[in-house]
Amino acid sequence: MKTLVAVLTVLAVIIALWYAACLPMNIKGVLTEAERAGVTVVPAGAKERRDMGVIGLVLDNSFAIPATWAQKRPRLPAPHQVAVELWKTTGAMVLKGKTMSKRSLFFHGWVTLSATLLGFAIGTGLGILLAVGIVHSRVMDMSVMPWAIVSQTIPIIALAPMIIVVLYSIGVQGILPKAIISAYLSFFPVVVGMVKGLRSPDSMQLDLLRTYSANLNQGFWKLRLPASMPYLFTSLKIGIAASLVGAIVGELPTGAVAGLGARLLGGSYYGQTVQIWSALFAAAILAACLVALLGVIERVVLKRMGMGA
Amino acid sequence: MLMVGLAALIWCGGWWLNARLANGPQAETRLVQLLVPVIFGVTLLLVWQFLVKGLQVPLVILPAPSDIAVAFAGNLSKLWEDFLQTFVKGAVSGYVIGCSAAFLMAIVMDRSDFLRRGLLPVGNFVAALPIVGTAPILVMWFGFDWHSKAAVVVVMVFFPVLVNTVAGLRETSAMQRDLMQTYAASYWQSFFKLRLPAALPFVFNGLKISTTLALVGAIVAEFFGSPTVGMGFRISTSVGKLSLDMVWAEIVVAALAGSMFYGSVAMVEKSLTFWHPSQRR
Repeated sequence: MKTLVAVLTVLAVIIALWYAACLPMNIKGVLTEAERAGVTVVPAGAKERRDMGVIGLVLDNSFAIPATWAQKRPRLPAPHQVAVELWKTTGAMVLKGKTMSKRSLFFHGWVTLSATLLGFAIGTGLGILLAVGIVHSRVMDMSVMPWAIVSQTIPIIALAPMIIVVLYSIGVQGILPKAIISAYLSFFPVVVGMVKGLRSPDSMQLDLLRTYSANLNQGFWKLRLPASMPYLFTSLKIGIAASLVGAIVGELPTGAVAGLGARLLGGSYYGQTVQIWSALFAAAILAACLVALLGVIERVVLKRMGMGA
Repeated sequence: MLMVGLAALIWCGGWWLNARLANGPQAETRLVQLLVPVIFGVTLLLVWQFLVKGLQVPLVILPAPSDIAVAFAGNLSKLWEDFLQTFVKGAVSGYVIGCSAAFLMAIVMDRSDFLRRGLLPVGNFVAALPIVGTAPILVMWFGFDWHSKAAVVVVMVFFPVLVNTVAGLRETSAMQRDLMQTYAASYWQSFFKLRLPAALPFVFNGLKISTTLALVGAIVAEFFGSPTVGMGFRISTSVGKLSLDMVWAEIVVAALAGSMFYGSVAMVEKSLTFWHPSQRR
């Protein structure tokens, strides 16, 4: 309860600061528009205002304050503008029966989400396989593991534009190139986490299995795999967030066709700031939902396995 | 065909050598532990080289390592300029600003229970979001030069460092804090002598995660607009010109910069948290 109050207070402060920040950010644009519409502005002329402090401008032209929250293409849109845009491109579209129209964020979100999920599935599957190999083979452990760790320090995302273009030139298009980038980004966190997890049983437990004369397979399915579950879920949560970032970045070089990344790029080309912010919030909500979903699955699975808190 | 056969031979040879080394009696020595991954890497490079040359893969799909090395050596000054622009000006300055801001914020949050309760869930939430998405907005605000890249980096590194530092500052046990109290230590004395050292492993965890994020942020922000220099700019324009050897050379620079950055932070960590169990030998 105490936490809830604190969180709500913090959120309220953030929104208040956001509204306040709109004033200095947007005042110059608002005054230029107002002057064109024939309102007297202190001081007159965009040139005089250019070098003035924004706070002073706000104080001198207090009549313009409501307008800074209602501009069409503000430098910083007010929270309610973003919320209205979000509703217009999601809920309102559903009510009109155009859920999957090209202007709907459900459409763009689905384009990004499908690539994310496909890539996440590929990356996680391969990651778990490699981790199993690393745990069971000393050679693989010694030769591959250092590279897996080093590769986490490399900005893999720099590869994204190239992967898209190369795959395009050999005729692979659509969802797959983005999914490959997503897979690549979620691959290494899963490998590293899963290796840690599969190794987490201590020697006492391994010895116990040996006294039961369990073979390698039984040891894997009955001890190592169950013991790795908490580690797996931690890395899955990191992996899915990375996958989403990969899918979004993968949409950038294809030239803004569809997807949340395309909305971001299109918005920045045409100065549609409200569109950028709403795409950003849609991506944030999507990421939060995915991580929360994994959290719920984690809790259920661990509880059924008797590891839940 | 000969080259493809050679590639297969090298692959098997390298794997055999590694298997011998890893299962041999010397497997625990430092030299072998260093040698095995190096052999694996060299094998991979040679196989790549021979496969690409043997199958005559066109340059626009996958350049051979030798082509990349030629492009790297031939464009050293260009690559150095890109490195300065993206890494030194964009990533490092943003990293320093973001990490120190997060650190100070964490100290403030640690002093006030209310702030910690309120901000920590929000920080945890934001740390999982695709923050790279703020890049177009920040490029619009701060212009095309490195300032906007540094701003993206600040936003990206802030939350991981914040969350980790706050967690670290709560690491001390009640017993240890009580001991400080019996010494009549002031807040700052117990902060510098007890809580900060105890928090360092966590802080460095956040700092290490952030090194990669900083480079990612600086490079991706350049995809949204940049001056005609910079690693992200060079990658996106070279991809457009289909000169993939240059793209790969730039990726080599990014990889070197990323691992150097990580390595130097890890080295500082090693010298400051030498007492921690994970650093002991």
